[in-house]
Amino acid sequence: MRLLKPQVSTALGWLSLVSLVVLALFGLWGAPPDEVQSDAQRLMYLHVPMAWIAYLAFGVTALASALWLWKRTRSSVWDRVAGASAEIGVLFTALTLVLGSLWGRPVWGIWWAWDARLVTTAVLFFLYLGYLALRRVPAPPETRAKRCAIAALVAFADVPIVHFSVTWWRTLHQQGTVFNAELSAHIHGVMAFTLWFGVFAFTLLFVYLLDRRYRLLALEEQREEREVDQAIAERIGTSTAPPAPPSPPTPPVEVGASG
Amino acid sequence: MNVMQEMWLVAAKDLRIEARSRVTLQQIVPFGLIVLLLFAFALDPDRGILKRVAPGLFWVTVLLAALLAVSRSFGIEADNGARDGLRLSGLDGAAVFLGKALALGLQLLLLEAVLTACVIVLYGIELNTLVPLVLATVTATIGVAATGTLYGVLAAGLRVRETLVPLLLLPVVAPVLLGATRAWEAAIDGIPSDAWPWVALLGVFAVLFTTIGMLAFGPLLEEA
Repeated sequence: MRLLKPQVSTALGWLSLVSLVVLALFGLWGAPPDEVQSDAQRLMYLHVPMAWIAYLAFGVTALASALWLWKRTRSSVWDRVAGASAEIGVLFTALTLVLGSLWGRPVWGIWWAWDARLVTTAVLFFLYLGYLALRRVPAPPETRAKRCAIAALVAFADVPIVHFSVTWWRTLHQQGTVFNAELSAHIHGVMAFTLWFGVFAFTLLFVYLLDRRYRLLALEEQREEREVDQAIAERIGTSTAPPAPPSPPTPPVEVGASG
Repeated sequence: MNVMQEMWLVAAKDLRIEARSRVTLQQIVPFGLIVLLLFAFALDPDRGILKRVAPGLFWVTVLLAALLAVSRSFGIEADNGARDGLRLSGLDGAAVFLGKALALGLQLLLLEAVLTACVIVLYGIELNTLVPLVLATVTATIGVAATGTLYGVLAAGLRVRETLVPLLLLPVVAPVLLGATRAWEAAIDGIPSDAWPWVALLGVFAVLFTTIGMLAFGPLLEEA
């Protein structure tokens, strides 16, 4: 019922918090302002790592879904990992879009550009928003897991096609996008370090969130099972036999012990 | 029976239901037409805007109508335990998928033919190079029919089916809208060389999702 040991999870939580604080210090003061964009460019230290986490999360969802569908590795573990990861992915995709928009306004003078990467990310957001909606539909666990695993893989198969079509669309009609020189340009040592450190910090955060969300999903399932058992026991108790304790007795769930 | 015969059986069943109920012809096609009319109200028809954006409007309309067609395609399996009948029939899952997708695709082609005539008449476009245009339309329709059938069965039997299918389907078919619209634009402008890459993309989409659908339909039908 757990991905990581409670101690590991707690340590990871603290470590990602400290890393994010360090990232904030480096991002706001350590790294020099950009020559062209001055301080607005500092948003890159959040924007790029968040986009990375979003892609990572969807990749994990696809992998976990495939592992669920493959009979030899089938386990409810993968279903929960897929669901937890997709939620984090959708959250970070939304944050990527919002932050990108906030960055675009001072730098390009517009909130939104029909750039290939922006459009792909927006479609990605909706693809997985639909997946989350599907996950919320109540169904027997096995049925839901199968349905969701297939939906996740279909969405994942669509991503390269969306990417290609959007890239062609924007490059056939419009030469040279705003992004062209972004990372190929010379980047100051401290800036590069801050960017990579940001990726590191957000990856820690991703693993931590994944573990916590997984635990929550497992606890929710446990509670549902217990409630069903209880309801059955009550039914039996009122109609025929003398009141029996819920069978089988379920161990008390330690909420909060792990943070 | 082999897969092809089974496919025809299922497709013929759906088409026979359509021939008797005429839901596509009398409800979904008119829906497409009114949407085309509404676009003209929303965009000024006098300034040539309609003519310029006609391919995009056409394909948006097709996608909206396709949502209704998908809903209808699985609505007919919802009543009288028809889905159980399909499950118990012993037909191959891939064949049922192909059959339902074929019936859906043929109905969409009918819809597209009527809508094309209306776009020519109402928006004043001229179709110059027909070959890429027809190929783009057919490959795009296969792609929409395959993904529509796949998501149709995925959501079949769910209480939120009507609202869930559009949310799941529209982002997935976004590349079809892009590809088909660009191919139409190129064909209308008389530059077929610009249309071919898009036709190829639509072809890849159609093959990919037909394959996924054939693999996934059986297991999904069992659970629906």
